[in-house]
Amino acid sequence: MLQQWKPDPTFYPSPKMAIEAPAEEVAYVAAPRDDGKPDAMCVVDLNEASDTYGQIVNRLELGVRDEIHHFGWNACSAALCPYAPHPYVERRYLVVPALRGSHIYILDVKENPKAPKLVRTLTADEVEDRSGYTRPHTVHCGPEGIYISALGSVGSEEGPGGIFLMDHYNFNILGQWEVERASQSLSYDFWWHLGYDIAVTSEWGYPAMIEDGVSLEDLGERKFGHKIHIWDIRHRKNIQTLDLGDDYQMILELRPAHDPTKAYGFVNAVLNMNDLSSSIWTWYKDGDDWGIKKIIDIPAQVPENPDDLPPALKDIGMIPPLVTDHILSLDDRFLYISCWGTGELLQYDVSDPFNPKHTGTLEIGGITKSHPHPAAGPVGGGPQMVELSRDGKRLYFTNSLYVAWDNQFYPDNANGWMVKADVNPDGGLELDPDFFVGFGDSRAHQIRLQGGDSSSDTFCYS
Amino acid sequence: MDTLSWVGYISLGVFHGINPGMGWLFAVALGMQEKRRSAVIGALFPMALGHAISIGVVVLIIVLAQQQISENVLGIACAVVLFGFGLYKLFRARHPKWVGMRVNFKDLTIWSFLMASAHGAGLMLAPLLLRMPASAAHSGHMHHAPTSMTDSAAMLLSAVGVHTLSFFVVTGVVAVVVYEVVGLALLRKAWFNLDMLWSIALMIAGVVTAGMIFWGH
Repeated sequence: MLQQWKPDPTFYPSPKMAIEAPAEEVAYVAAPRDDGKPDAMCVVDLNEASDTYGQIVNRLELGVRDEIHHFGWNACSAALCPYAPHPYVERRYLVVPALRGSHIYILDVKENPKAPKLVRTLTADEVEDRSGYTRPHTVHCGPEGIYISALGSVGSEEGPGGIFLMDHYNFNILGQWEVERASQSLSYDFWWHLGYDIAVTSEWGYPAMIEDGVSLEDLGERKFGHKIHIWDIRHRKNIQTLDLGDDYQMILELRPAHDPTKAYGFVNAVLNMNDLSSSIWTWYKDGDDWGIKKIIDIPAQVPENPDDLPPALKDIGMIPPLVTDHILSLDDRFLYISCWGTGELLQYDVSDPFNPKHTGTLEIGGITKSHPHPAAGPVGGGPQMVELSRDGKRLYFTNSLYVAWDNQFYPDNANGWMVKADVNPDGGLELDPDFFVGFGDSRAHQIRLQGGDSSSDTFCYS
Repeated sequence: MDTLSWVGYISLGVFHGINPGMGWLFAVALGMQEKRRSAVIGALFPMALGHAISIGVVVLIIVLAQQQISENVLGIACAVVLFGFGLYKLFRARHPKWVGMRVNFKDLTIWSFLMASAHGAGLMLAPLLLRMPASAAHSGHMHHAPTSMTDSAAMLLSAVGVHTLSFFVVTGVVAVVVYEVVGLALLRKAWFNLDMLWSIALMIAGVVTAGMIFWGH
């Protein structure tokens, strides 16, 4: 195959240039389900001039009970990184791991972005044999290939989970990434500061702790993750572990500053065992070491009707905010925080990463609340996976966390939906009253926007 | 060395210098990361050194081969390797795997050596090297004056030197102009596939080498 003559137009050297990118016309949304029908990759039309704007225009069916969850591109702006530039690959394939099924699907969206084609399936055996890991999760396009994190080790109830590499030309799995993992065993998300040769990984739980719903027993024993790990990316070595303390359980999404000269980022702690609050923390470079500091506490709420609480929360009598995702705008200014339990989406100005300012709140869904959407009435679930357009003007989010967990926290109605909010450039946001995409009895998880979004690309120039 | 050779070494230095993958892009990125122009300039010296070593290795191999095998066999071998390598790179896009922005002088020298070697930068000089009178003793082409070992060594060193100097100047000028004036938007608009052009250049060098063998030089 001959190469392209020009770099892929969706690659941008710096986040500043990516902000100028044209508006997205298509979204890809992972839609898992648990009723024996296959999971699907759904395509949502986002072209405002189109007759089918705000509708699902295609569903590509994948495996049954696969738990299609997070996914990413084969290539992105990291292809422009100066030490191994390869700008003539195309952003063309979606790499879609099945978090439960452990398969990895490769979808080609070049010919018709609205009709992804399945071009390769890496079976669970292939993934596990070649990588040593199982339950693949986060996908990032890196400077030398595709990096994928996984929750568990093959043949072990415990860990370690970790990262493996995939070739970005032929999608063969190259093997385990880590050389020296030190104390790291729990795994979840990862991202990096390429300008500092640093990767960061976070901790959720081993597969057995999550696959039948959150294990309250393990939670009581504080067995879920409470650390993040700092890695020397050149030597693939764990150089520092930052412990938030085991009061904090489940440390999930890592959002490093997009500007490669900035050495800080944000991570969410889902549950404080003392008061059920969630929190946001800033990790930062501190001389030769790294530090971490809590910057936002989000308290649990008292329900108006305690009788409506799901069985998992009946004894506790409170609604935990369950902050399970957040997204940082490409200008590193606004952080959007999903409170899946309390049905709120919060906007903070984090220009000063240690002094966040609360600038906006949306309400939709929520445990016992079912706060309505103008176009759909009361809805189940709450804000969960959140994605932001590159220009920072359009925020999209869905309501499903993980099928078994949806069933636990939203047993009455976990039907999937995707909504949109319009962002005021100076702070504040409001729901688009007309934009509501219903997924029926399927769930809706991660959103990826055509051409890239605010969590798909890494930039090597400021 | 005749004028054509000088022009050849200098032109190929220019060609290698404008390729972002050979150095200037990394120098610009280091300047942006450190937020100072001196980081751009500082990166150029190890890059030139690594490039020179990579070229030097190829020169050494060709000189040693000249002592052992006939000019025609060596010429045909070079032509085949050049053409084949270019063709391979044209159809199989691969790039050296290097991860690391926090680099010192040694790292950058090694990086530049790897980049130049993996792209066959030295190989591209083969047709010029084969024109060198060092081959006279074996070829029977008596129109070249016989040269002493010191003379040929000096000539080869100046060939590597003049190529590297032209590479250094062009890489440096492009890096500083992009860092100070033009900015990286250039990458999106003007960065056409130099790797493909590079592959074609390797193939042309192969054809030229073959031509030299068949029609004399």
